[in-house]
Amino acid sequence: MAVEVRIPTILRKHTGGAKAVTAEGDTVRDLLGDLDRRYPGIAGQLFNADGSLHRFVNVYVNDEDVRFLGALDAKLDDGDVVAILPAVAGGGGGGSGGLKPSPPVDRG
Amino acid sequence: MLELDQDQYEALVAHARAEYPNEACALLAGRGDAVERVYALPNAEASPTFYVVEPKAQLRAMTEMDDLGLDLVGIFHSHVATEAYPSRTDVELAAYPDAAYLILSLADRDAPVLRAFRIRDGQVDEEPVQVAGRQPTPSRRP
Repeated sequence: MAVEVRIPTILRKHTGGAKAVTAEGDTVRDLLGDLDRRYPGIAGQLFNADGSLHRFVNVYVNDEDVRFLGALDAKLDDGDVVAILPAVAGGGGGGSGGLKPSPPVDRG
Repeated sequence: MLELDQDQYEALVAHARAEYPNEACALLAGRGDAVERVYALPNAEASPTFYVVEPKAQLRAMTEMDDLGLDLVGIFHSHVATEAYPSRTDVELAAYPDAAYLILSLADRDAPVLRAFRIRDGQVDEEPVQVAGRQPTPSRRP
């Protein structure tokens, strides 16, 4: 499946500045793997060490959050549009001990 | 220096108060230093110490900004019990180096304090923020 992937500003250093690229895969996992073969280094920003999707990276298929579509197993069809956005997150803390982006908890 | 009009500022304070005791979050769209739209968005964590902009609301807001030719110029959230300064969590999770991070402290609920910062590569630099009709916040801490 050839799928358009919208690349956020923070990852465009890996795509030569391109805002959108094409990659292939039948699932989101395959697609992001293909993306990393085409644009080496990009997967390090998206996945945890165990291969799950980073908690603070949002991936959407046709505007739906993939966490509601089976996460990395979400199926893709020709013409789908995948978007990647870094989560907007933070917080005042206050005795939480601080949240670290890596290794994060995977909400699946 | 980021510029907010009085209505935008009051919308942010009202959003922070409405979400209290949880943290509130919002995205600010504009051109250059001028804020043109405030997107008050849900905190998916509904927590007093942590916020994550609800992912679908984030996408909708960012898509609309793109469609309108606006940039993400600011990311707003409230601290309900601590000062208006980026926490360790804020710095670690700051993924938008081109946006100003605005923090509103409600530690004194009757006297909210708004400050703005650039967070890049773990480094925090305060930036002045101007609310129309008020003195800009100082660019350095007193």
